[in-house]
Amino acid sequence: MEETVNRNPLYTKYHPKWYRARIPIFWWVHKVPHIRFIARELTSVAVALYACILLFQISAVADGPEAYLRFLAWLKTPFSVLLHAVAFLFVLFHSITWFNLAPKALVVSLGNKPVPPAAIVALNYAAWVILSLGISWILLK
Amino acid sequence: MTTTVRLEVFRYRPEEDAEPLYQNYEVPFRKDWVILDALNYIKDNVDGTLSYRWSCRMGVCGSCGMMVNGKPVLTCATFLEKFLPGPIRVEPLANFPVVRDLVIEMNDFMRKLQIIKPWIIREQEKPLAEGEYLQTPAQLAEYKQYSMCINCMICYAACPVYGLEPTFIGPAAIALAQRYNLDSRDQGKTERHRVLSQEEGIWACTLVEECSAVCPKDVDPAGAIQRYKVTGATEWWKSILMPWSNR
Repeated sequence: MEETVNRNPLYTKYHPKWYRARIPIFWWVHKVPHIRFIARELTSVAVALYACILLFQISAVADGPEAYLRFLAWLKTPFSVLLHAVAFLFVLFHSITWFNLAPKALVVSLGNKPVPPAAIVALNYAAWVILSLGISWILLK
Repeated sequence: MTTTVRLEVFRYRPEEDAEPLYQNYEVPFRKDWVILDALNYIKDNVDGTLSYRWSCRMGVCGSCGMMVNGKPVLTCATFLEKFLPGPIRVEPLANFPVVRDLVIEMNDFMRKLQIIKPWIIREQEKPLAEGEYLQTPAQLAEYKQYSMCINCMICYAACPVYGLEPTFIGPAAIALAQRYNLDSRDQGKTERHRVLSQEEGIWACTLVEECSAVCPKDVDPAGAIQRYKVTGATEWWKSILMPWSNR
């Protein structure tokens, strides 16, 4: 047996006439956990949007004070404010769902006892709060 | 008081039908009957041509997994009573090709099970005279949960990633790889890593978590995969930062 995954699992030698159900594009609309999963995946678009805006901001800083003022003016437009508000809600959903999943990946033991999942989630939130406070202190001081 | 319940059973007879169809059967309702009892009643008394797999009828062999009202379950552990007044739709496990009626083709899973090497690998076996390999209760607890897997493939039927990308090694095979990786007697991590760290291995998983939600043995394959993602990422960093280490 080779050590690779079958490149075409749809092909098997000498097989009889099998029936294969087709998976519709909207396979995920019928079950709540699937909808929640797709929602979590789609909110990553908002995370990418934030990253892009940050890149544009850095580019504006590099282009000089005038360009930066233009960028700041764009940030104040109703479109930009609305975009940020929506993106913020999506990023919040994204972060919370991922924090809650953290104990799945992180199984830590202290001595002989496993750390309870709730503690791992709590540590993530604590790190989030501390980092946010740190950044706001730097920005607002 | 319900006396009968209707089952809508998926039928596919490749030599007769081009497309599958649903056949209705009225079966007596009994409080202590599971779906498998109803199927056995049909097979014995109503229609002997119905095909399905079963063996132990006590949740150990993993043969009787089917979709009941759209959810993958062990039919020997799912009571009729839960679905009253019916009708109850019984279909073959999703995401697998159907050979006939409720019988699916499982070669793909069997192949994947083999490539993760689900057995204890030793670099060198110690001589029998030195005795058995000892293990503490804590070392047993490390992997015991994953050893409960009965290969029923219910997690594959629940996994949309496997449905869309059949090359994905899948939940049970990865959980079983972890069952041996976390065993203190095993030394085969490196061999399994080559398979698990492929794109079709752990990285295809997008963490829908349905595999763990449907698992009749509470194996938590989703947890096993996420844990291995941490291991995989650590090993990758090690190979970049310490290329002299043996991976």
